[in-house]
Amino acid sequence: MSPELKGFILLSILKMLVVFTVVLVGVALLTLMERKVSAWMQNRRGPNRVGWAGLLQPAADGLKNIVKEETFPAVANTGLFLLAPAMAFIPALLLSGVIPWAAPLPISVDDFGEAIHAGLTSLYLEPTGRFISWLFHLVFGPVSFHGVLSGAVADLPVGFLFILAVSSLGVYGIALAGWSSNSKYALLGGLRSSAQMVSYEVAMGVSLIPVLLLSGNVSFSEIINRQQAGTWYIFPLFLSFFLYFVSGFAETNRLPFDLPEAESELIAGYHTEYSAMKFSMFFIAEYSNVVTVSAVASALFFGGWDVPFISVDPAHPGLLGTVNLGLLFTLLSALVMFVKTMTFIFVVMWIRWTLPRFRYDQLMALGWKVMLPMALGYVMIISTAIYVIEHGLGIESARTQSWILFGLNLILAYGVFGLLDRGRIVSGSNSRTRVPGPGPVAGARRVA
Amino acid sequence: MAIGVKVMKRPETEVSYIRATLKGMRLTFKHMFQPKVTMQYPEEKSTGDERGTYTISPRWRGTHRMMADEQGRSKCVACGLCPQICPANCIKLVPGEDEEGNRYPLIYEIDEFRCVFCGYCQEVCPEEAIHVGVHYENAEYNRGRFVYDLERLTAQTHPVSSLWDPTDARGE
Repeated sequence: MSPELKGFILLSILKMLVVFTVVLVGVALLTLMERKVSAWMQNRRGPNRVGWAGLLQPAADGLKNIVKEETFPAVANTGLFLLAPAMAFIPALLLSGVIPWAAPLPISVDDFGEAIHAGLTSLYLEPTGRFISWLFHLVFGPVSFHGVLSGAVADLPVGFLFILAVSSLGVYGIALAGWSSNSKYALLGGLRSSAQMVSYEVAMGVSLIPVLLLSGNVSFSEIINRQQAGTWYIFPLFLSFFLYFVSGFAETNRLPFDLPEAESELIAGYHTEYSAMKFSMFFIAEYSNVVTVSAVASALFFGGWDVPFISVDPAHPGLLGTVNLGLLFTLLSALVMFVKTMTFIFVVMWIRWTLPRFRYDQLMALGWKVMLPMALGYVMIISTAIYVIEHGLGIESARTQSWILFGLNLILAYGVFGLLDRGRIVSGSNSRTRVPGPGPVAGARRVA
Repeated sequence: MAIGVKVMKRPETEVSYIRATLKGMRLTFKHMFQPKVTMQYPEEKSTGDERGTYTISPRWRGTHRMMADEQGRSKCVACGLCPQICPANCIKLVPGEDEEGNRYPLIYEIDEFRCVFCGYCQEVCPEEAIHVGVHYENAEYNRGRFVYDLERLTAQTHPVSSLWDPTDARGE
C-alpha cells in the first residue's frame, strides 16, 4: 500500500471518528435541548437535576436504556423485529457521512510521524513527540498526504442524490417495525409512516430540483462553491427552501407531521412494542434525521460552511488575501456550519412545540394537492426564468442572476402566502363533500 | 364518505395557515423568556401562610396534630365525639380517668391511611385539641408508621388548618 493511499485512509478514518462521535453525542444532547426548549416554551425549567443545568441527563437516559429489559412480544416476527431498529438507525447515520461539515483543508505532509514529532516539539513536548512518532512509524510505517482534504467524510460526486436515496430507506425501518410488532397501534403507525414518507419524498425531491438547475451540479461541495461565487440559494430559491423544509418535517416524522408516532392516538406508533436500547435506536434515528435535514438545508440554501462576508478561493479555502489560516479556517467554517445547523434544529423544535398534529386526510391532501403541484410549478417557473435570464437577457454574473430570481421569488411568495393560503392549504373535511347551492345547515349530518 | 363537519364561516384572512403558524410561533417564542413557574420542590416548599412564593391554603386539611396544654399534656378529655363523628372510623380512643376525676385518653390513635381528611374531628372537638394540619410531607418507610399515636400527634409542630375562612365564617 502506497504511503499516499495510507494517508488518505487514515485521514478518512479520523474524519469518520470525529463526525460520528460528534453526531452521536450531539443527538444525545439534542434530546436534552428538545426537553429544555419545550420546557421554556411552557414556562417550565426543564431537566436540571442531573449534572449542571441537566447536562448529564442524556447520559442518565442512555444508561437507563442500556440496563432496561429488552422485551419481545410473543407473537412478533423476531427476525424483522430485531432488524427494524437497525434499518432505521443505519441510513440515518449514513447520511451524515456525505454532508460537508467544514471547508476543505489543503494538506501537504511528507511523513505524518515526523509531522507529529515536529508539532509536539513546538509545544515543548519533545520526548512525548519522539515516542508517539516512533509508535506511529512502528504501526503504520511511512504515511504521507498531498492534496485537499474534503470537509465531508466522503465527498461523493452524487452526494445530493445519495441523500435522497438513503433517506428514503429509513421508511423501511419504520414500516418493518410497525409490521413485525404484530400490534395494531404499531401497524397503523407503520402504515401511516410509509404512506406519509413516500408522499413527501416526492415533494421533497422535486422541491430541490431548482437548486440543481441553478448550480448545475449534484455534488455538495460544488453546490457550496457556487453559492460562494454567487449568493446563498435562499435568496433566488426562497420558495424551494420553504417547500423543502416543510417536507423535511414530514420526512423526519416531526410535528406537525408526526402521525406515525401520534402519542395521543397510537400510544407511540411504530415503536409501541420496543423497549430499552432498541427503542433508543429509533430515537437516535429520528434525531439524526433532524440533524441531516437541518444540515442539508444549510448546505443547499445557506451556503453550508461558507462564512458570510468572506470570499474564498475554492482551491485554497484557508487563504484570505495573503494570510493563510489553514486549519484555523476549517475550524471556523465548521463552527459556522454548526451554528447554521443548530438554528434549523431549533426552528424544528420551535415548530414542534407550536403546532398541533394534522389530520390524516389533511396530511395527504397537503402533500399531493398542494406541495407537489407547487413544487412542480416552481420548477417550471424557475427553469424558464433561468433560461430567459441566461439566453434571453444574456446576463452571465451569478450574483445578478440571483437577485433577479430573488425579485421573482418575492412575487411568487406573495402568490403563495397572500393569495393561495386562504383556507385552502389545510382545510376542513367538508372540502371533500361541498354541497352546491344553499345546502342543509352547516353542521347537519349529510347522508351520502 | 360524507361526514358532516361544522365549518365556521370566517373571513378569508383569518384562515391562512401560514400566517396562523407564524402567529403561534411568535407566541411560543415569547414564552421562552417569561419567568418560569416551576417550584424547585426539595429546595423550595409551599408554606401555609403568605410568606413564601408558593403558598397552600390555610384551609388545607393534612395529617393531624394534637394540641397540648402548658404542662405539655394533650388537651384531649376523651369525650369520644371525634371517633363518633369520624366517617372513616379511623380514630381509636380508649378513655381513662385519673384520681381527681379528670378524663384523659389512655389510647388515642389515628390511622392516617383510613382518614379521609374531612376535618370533622377538628370541627367537633369541644376542647380544640385535635386538629388537621397544614402539612403535606407524609412519607414513611413502613405502613405501621402511618398509625399516629398520641405521643406522635402531640409532638407535631406544623400549623393547623383554620377549616374555614375566619373573615367569611359562614361561607358567604
